[in-house]
Amino acid sequence: MDPLTWTGALAPLNPLFAIALLLLAAMIVIWMAVSMVTAGTRQIANLDGTVTLAGNPQAMAALGLRITFLAVVALALAYLVLGLLLGTGAGIVGAIARQMLPTWVSLVVLFALSISFKRRLGLYGKLFDSPIGMIGFGLVMFWVFTGIYGAMDLIATHDPLAQVSGMKNKVPGTPLAGAEEGDYAWYLLGGDNLARDVFSRMVKGAGEVLKYAPLATLFAFMVGITLGLPAGYYGGRLDTALSFLANLILAFPVILLFYLLVTPEIVATGLPQFMAVVLFAFPLVFCGVLIHSRFRTQPSKNYIWLAVVLVPLFLLYMSLINARGSKIDVWPLDFFDIPGGVLVVFVSVVFVNSPTVFRIVRGLAMDIKTRDYVAAAQTRGERPWYIMLWEILPNVRGPLIVDFCLRIGYTTILLGTLGFFGLGLPPESPDWGSTINDGRKLLSIYLHPALPPAVALMSLVLGLNLLADGLREESLRD
Amino acid sequence: MGLFILRRSGVMIITALCLTFIVFVMTNLYPNLEKLAKTEGNFRMSDEAVASWLDKNGYGQPMMVKYGQWLGVLPGWTRDSEQGVTGRCLSGTVTVEEAAAAPSYCGILQGDWGYSTRFKTDVSEIIETRLGNTAYLMMWVLILMVPSALLIGVLAGMREGSAMDRSLSTFSIMTTATPEYVSGVIFIAVFTSSTVGLKWFKGTATAAMEDPNFENFFLPVLTIALYGVGYIARMTRASMTEVMTAQYIRTARLKGVSFRNIVVKHALRNALIAPFTVIMLQFPWLLNGVVIVESLFNYKGFGWALVEAASNNDIELLLAVSVVSVVVVLLTQLISDIGYVFLNPRIRIS
Repeated sequence: MDPLTWTGALAPLNPLFAIALLLLAAMIVIWMAVSMVTAGTRQIANLDGTVTLAGNPQAMAALGLRITFLAVVALALAYLVLGLLLGTGAGIVGAIARQMLPTWVSLVVLFALSISFKRRLGLYGKLFDSPIGMIGFGLVMFWVFTGIYGAMDLIATHDPLAQVSGMKNKVPGTPLAGAEEGDYAWYLLGGDNLARDVFSRMVKGAGEVLKYAPLATLFAFMVGITLGLPAGYYGGRLDTALSFLANLILAFPVILLFYLLVTPEIVATGLPQFMAVVLFAFPLVFCGVLIHSRFRTQPSKNYIWLAVVLVPLFLLYMSLINARGSKIDVWPLDFFDIPGGVLVVFVSVVFVNSPTVFRIVRGLAMDIKTRDYVAAAQTRGERPWYIMLWEILPNVRGPLIVDFCLRIGYTTILLGTLGFFGLGLPPESPDWGSTINDGRKLLSIYLHPALPPAVALMSLVLGLNLLADGLREESLRD
Repeated sequence: MGLFILRRSGVMIITALCLTFIVFVMTNLYPNLEKLAKTEGNFRMSDEAVASWLDKNGYGQPMMVKYGQWLGVLPGWTRDSEQGVTGRCLSGTVTVEEAAAAPSYCGILQGDWGYSTRFKTDVSEIIETRLGNTAYLMMWVLILMVPSALLIGVLAGMREGSAMDRSLSTFSIMTTATPEYVSGVIFIAVFTSSTVGLKWFKGTATAAMEDPNFENFFLPVLTIALYGVGYIARMTRASMTEVMTAQYIRTARLKGVSFRNIVVKHALRNALIAPFTVIMLQFPWLLNGVVIVESLFNYKGFGWALVEAASNNDIELLLAVSVVSVVVVLLTQLISDIGYVFLNPRIRIS
């Protein structure tokens, strides 16, 4: 087997792509410079009463920018499509493109369906009116699909933990040493300093990150909403006490908190489990109060709903906090055990995020509670929790959804930080933070182990930020 | 105003007490103490030996008593044995007379920060040198970050939706999406490694502690600054766009004031009130960045001391580090509150 080059048979495209990229960079600079000097497009009133939009340098610069941008996109697509067709014939790019085939198919299907039905899909459909939102959504869904298919072993070429002798720190495209029948014959993005495949680790890492970050953010939101709504709605002593607590946690330097919480010694004391008992109870409380406040006057419906929702949640909750041979080992029906290291990471990320959510929800609730429809509900004699959860909460969903997207990105960064300091997650874990940490030690000689996870993390967080921006823009429009 | 500052300071002191107590409890949990005993004594100590070591060194007392001693509101422990007297305020084993002459209170309030088990020196000495290094780093970070963030924000916000706005906003979103450990790794890869060949900078900042220069100090500064720039710039942009749609700007425009004068003389001062608060509240996150960048570039500052103290369970040093960082965070919050009131005439006069 020969080593793969980056682009293989597509090498003639490379100079074109380089030129297109340079032109794009130049056009952005020109576009900005022109917009500094000239005013916007001019309207000229004609004698017959019509108006003509005058073409000026700025419009021309914008046109040039659009053309070069399209050229770059077209060339990138050409790499992708030709890579899909040629596979390893098109070098590493082609091999990766073909390896990720399930992701591309899912992305195309998702976008085609969403764009054709976008008028019927509410806020989600409106996202496809904003280019920024679409790019962000595309990036996020790319990693989501990669994570899902990666977990199903459809994308990764090798076992992310397997060490192959002779592959230590090998450059991208090196043929696998001692490859047997059925093995993928190359290390597409090279080997790391323990001779593991960088590409497979990156793909598996996406799964790790997407397993923890959204769930941790969801829990943080449950905690923040359950505490923030009453604090904002009632005000007074409750608000003072809860705000003091929130500020207390916020004043704690995050990294110090992590270092204190996420150590094997603290895990041994069972502290993370006790924190989990408190923090994971909030979704239960939230769902219970949500249902009860709605169906309080219809007991039969109330009990059915409460049973349907709370019993599975309770079983899940007990399985989560209960672990055999640890400090909390009381519940017989334990479906799964969370390793102590993972639990403590999860708990501390929720713990750090919830005060910020609390502050946002509190502020929104304080703003909304002066509205007329809240006063109307109060006059009707609705209970406070009904007003909070069924009158106020649906009306603050816009800012909360936007913040949810941003916060997933922030949680991803936090998880990466933990991995970067080697805290909590097992050392061979393929998550991006740990991989960056492993790769940085030899960074001045070997770039390839550290760069792919770094770029992956950056693109995911960027996608989430752009998605949040698009959502904000579109939700402000109406 | 005086009452406001007084009340805020009171809350600040309570917060600091609570936070240090939490850190104290967490570092003094039994498994942590056991680890400390084993690293200080030897790793094959039996459980009884650990217990007696802890008892001999004053760790066996109740939590509140230990906290009070550390704070300096309770007299430090002493212990008589055949060799002499040992105690919190005594160094080593001394005679009874020397012990009587030593001060009985020694805690934070008396200015005694304790003794670092990791570095084998006084904590105050470590904090002083490490904090000096970090302060120098932070100074340059602020010098680079604040003006560029404000400039980007103002340029983007003065004409909403323009080419300048869109490209600068994209830039700020990109920087907020790049945490320090990603941008640091990319910078090191591109600008220092022998494979790319652009050997413009040094990959470590170890030499910068003695002799900081552009070559070895710029990358760490840039790495921290870049992550903060995006956020401050976006806040500045939001406040600038808000000001630019205000009534008085429209009036000035209709009077025929030039765009330049509107921005510089009318809009800028009002638009910079909100970013001031944001910059001040950015300090806790900068601290985060400092820890990452200092370990990435091997710059032995405050963040490095934190990592060392935490991974070796150096209780006194860890407490000192948390006291300093908590005080920094709370002080910046206080300054941002007072500054906001001071800068905003609408609140100041009413």
